[in-house]
Amino acid sequence: MAGTKKNPMPCQPGEERVKNFLEVALGYDEDVAINEAKRCIQCKNPKCVSGCPVGIEIPKFIEKIAEGDFQGAIDTLKEKNSLPAICGRVCPQEEQCEKVCIVGIKNEPVGIGRLERFAADWERKNRKEQSKISNTEGKKVAIVGSGPAGLTCAGELAKMGYQVTIFEAFHQAGGVLMYGIPEFRLPKEIVQEEINALLNLGVELKTNVVIGQTITIKELMEEEGYEAVFVGSGAGLPYFLNIPGENLNGVYSANEFLTRVNLMRAYLHPQWDTPVKVGKKVAVVGAGNVAMDAARTAKRLGAEDVYIVYRRSEDEMPARIEEIHHAKEEGIDFRLLTNPMEVLGNSEGWVTGLKCLKMELGEPDSSGRRRPVPIENSEFELDVDVVIIAIGQGPNPLIPRSTPELQTSKWGNITADESTGNTSMEGVFAGGDVVTGAATVIKAMGAGKNAAVAMDQYIKNK
Amino acid sequence: MNKILQKQVLAPTLKQIIVEAPLIAKKAKAGQFVILRIHEKGERIPLTIADYDRDNGTITMIFQEVGSSTKRLGLLEIGDEILDLVGPLGQPTEHPAGAKRIVCVGGGVGVAPVYPEAKELHESGVEIISIVGARNEELLFYLDNMKAVSKELHVTTDDGSKGRKGFVTDVLKELIESDKGIDAVIAIGPMPMMKAVSDLTKNYGLKTIVSLNSLMVDGTGMCGGCRVTIGNETKFACIDGPAFDAHEVDFIEQMRRLRMYQIEEKVEDCRCGEGME
Repeated sequence: MAGTKKNPMPCQPGEERVKNFLEVALGYDEDVAINEAKRCIQCKNPKCVSGCPVGIEIPKFIEKIAEGDFQGAIDTLKEKNSLPAICGRVCPQEEQCEKVCIVGIKNEPVGIGRLERFAADWERKNRKEQSKISNTEGKKVAIVGSGPAGLTCAGELAKMGYQVTIFEAFHQAGGVLMYGIPEFRLPKEIVQEEINALLNLGVELKTNVVIGQTITIKELMEEEGYEAVFVGSGAGLPYFLNIPGENLNGVYSANEFLTRVNLMRAYLHPQWDTPVKVGKKVAVVGAGNVAMDAARTAKRLGAEDVYIVYRRSEDEMPARIEEIHHAKEEGIDFRLLTNPMEVLGNSEGWVTGLKCLKMELGEPDSSGRRRPVPIENSEFELDVDVVIIAIGQGPNPLIPRSTPELQTSKWGNITADESTGNTSMEGVFAGGDVVTGAATVIKAMGAGKNAAVAMDQYIKNK
Repeated sequence: MNKILQKQVLAPTLKQIIVEAPLIAKKAKAGQFVILRIHEKGERIPLTIADYDRDNGTITMIFQEVGSSTKRLGLLEIGDEILDLVGPLGQPTEHPAGAKRIVCVGGGVGVAPVYPEAKELHESGVEIISIVGARNEELLFYLDNMKAVSKELHVTTDDGSKGRKGFVTDVLKELIESDKGIDAVIAIGPMPMMKAVSDLTKNYGLKTIVSLNSLMVDGTGMCGGCRVTIGNETKFACIDGPAFDAHEVDFIEQMRRLRMYQIEEKVEDCRCGEGME
C-alpha cells in the first residue's frame, strides 16, 4: 500500500560520504519506484504540470512507472525535458511540481523528482547505441554557452531540423553543470552523456570559443551565416562582499573554488595539475545552493571545520532544504545571523580569520524578508584560513560589452522577453541566468525551450 | 587544430612557439592573451600573445618553464597539437592618446608582451625608445625585433654580461631626466620590476602602463581569481585588463597573490621527469 510519506531516498551515510566525491543520493530501485509512483492519485486537473517550468506531463510519466513501463515513462519525460537525469537531481522540486501536488495537502507530496531521476537512470542503463544524425540541410543557428539554457535550446532546434552550433568558452561543455555543481550531487558522467545524446542529434559543439572575444555576435550573423543566435551565457561573474581583506590569499569566489575542484579536478592534485587551497578551517559566506556545494566540497577535501556564515536566519536560507539537511548531516557548522565585516590576514598576505558581527532580525525589507540588524558590540573573530564567498553572481559582461546593440539592465542582464527570449537585436534571443540573474537549471531550460520556438518562428517569417 | 608550426629555444628555460590559430590571429591585438591546456589533466595556462600573423593564421607565444605545466609545454615539438587554445582574451592595451614618444620597458620574459605593444605603436607613428633587461645575457631575446621598431634600444643585465650592468630603471631614470620629451611608459616584466618602474615614474608624473600576469582559471571573468586593486576598486585582470595604469596598481597585493600556490608548485616539481603519458 502506498504510504503517507515519500519513499525515502537511499543515501550514502554522512560519515562515509565526506570522505569521497561519489554521489550522495543513490536513487530508487524498481520496486521502490513503482511503490512511490502508486502514491500518485492521477488528478484529473493536475497542478504539478503547471508547477513545472517545462510542463512535463507528470501524472502520465508516473503512471507509466506504476505500470512498470519504464521506457514509456522516459519517453513521456523526454517529450518535454531533454535533460531528465540532471533535472531529477538538481531541480528544486519542493518549490515547483511537488509544492502544488494534491497528495501533498494531507500527506507528503509524491516524490516527482525522485521518479524523474529513476526513469532517466533506467534509460541510461538500458540505452541503445544511437546512430549519429548529421544535419547539413537545415538553416544555421548558433547557441552561445553550453549550460542548461543553451543545451535545451540546441536540442529543440536540432529536433526541428536546424543545423545547430553551440559555442562554449571553456574546454568542456556543460556550463554550470560541469564547473559549478559538484560530482557528489550531479556526476559529471551524466552531464556528458546528456551532451553526447545532443551531439547524436547532429548538434555541433565548438569549445574554446569565447563569443564576444574570439567572434562577436554580429560576425556570427553577418559573416558566418547564422540565421539566429541564442545567448545563454549564464551568470558567471562572481560578486564579492567589498569588505577589507577580500583580496588576501585564501579568499575564493565560490565559482573559482568549485571550478578548480569540479572542472579541473583539483581534488585529484597532483595527478591533475590544477591546485586548490583547502584550508583546515573554512568559512563559506552565503547560504544558497552554491554555498552548500562549496562547504560540502571543502569538507570532502579534508577541511576539519567548515562554517556557513549567513547574516539572516535559517528560515531565509535560499538553499534547497535537502541540501541544507545533507550539509548538516556532513557536519557543516551553521553560523547564522552572523555578518562578515573583514577578512583578517598576516603580514605575508594569508587569511588568518574572519571578523564577524552578530545580527538579529528586524522589520521586513524590500525582499519581504526580515532585515538583519547588527547587535552592538558583538564583534568576534572566526578562526579560519580559507574564506569562500558564495553570495551570488552577475551576468558575464563579455557579450554586452562587445554587442552594443543588445539592451541590458542596470545590473548588466540582457533585456529579453521572458516568453520568447526576444532581445533588442534582431535575430538574437537570450535566456537563462544572463537574463534573469542566477536562478535554477530548470528555469534556464524553460527559457531555452521557449526561445527555440520563437527562433523557429522568426526564421520562418524572415 | 592548434598545431605547433615552429619552435625556438630562446634560452635554456625560455621557449617560443608559433601555433596555428586562425580565429585568434584574426582578432588579436597588443595586450591580449590566450589560455591553453596541454593534456586532459592539465592546468589552464594563460600566456601573452607575443605576435600574430593574420595572413598565415598563426600566433606566437613565449614562455618560461617554471612549473610542471610550462615544462611539459616546453616538451611539445613541431607538429604536436595543443589540446585546447582559447582567445584572444583580455582587453587590448589602451595606448595613451596623443603620445608621440613612448618608452617600452621589457624585463625578462616580459619582453614577449612588450614587443607587440612597441610594434603596434611604432606602426601607428609613435616614436619608441626601448629598454630591455634581464638577469644575464643568456636570458635576453627579441633584441632584433625590438630594435626594428625602436628609435633607440637600451640593454641592461644584472650581472653586466651584456649591455649596461644594472637595472632597467637606471636607464629609464636617465632618459626621463635627459628631458627627451617622453610622454608615457609601458613596462612589462616581473612584478618587482614593474613596481620599481612605477615608483620611479610616479615621481615625474609620467603616465605608465603595466600588464599583470595574475593567476586565473577561465580568463573570462568567471572565477575572480585574478582580482587586483586598482585605485580603491577591485578589478579582474582577465576582463578589465591585463593592462592597467601602473600608478593605481597595488603591487604588494599582486606580489603576494602570485605566491598563492608556491607550496603546491613544489609538489608538482617533485614529479617532473616522471614521463608523459
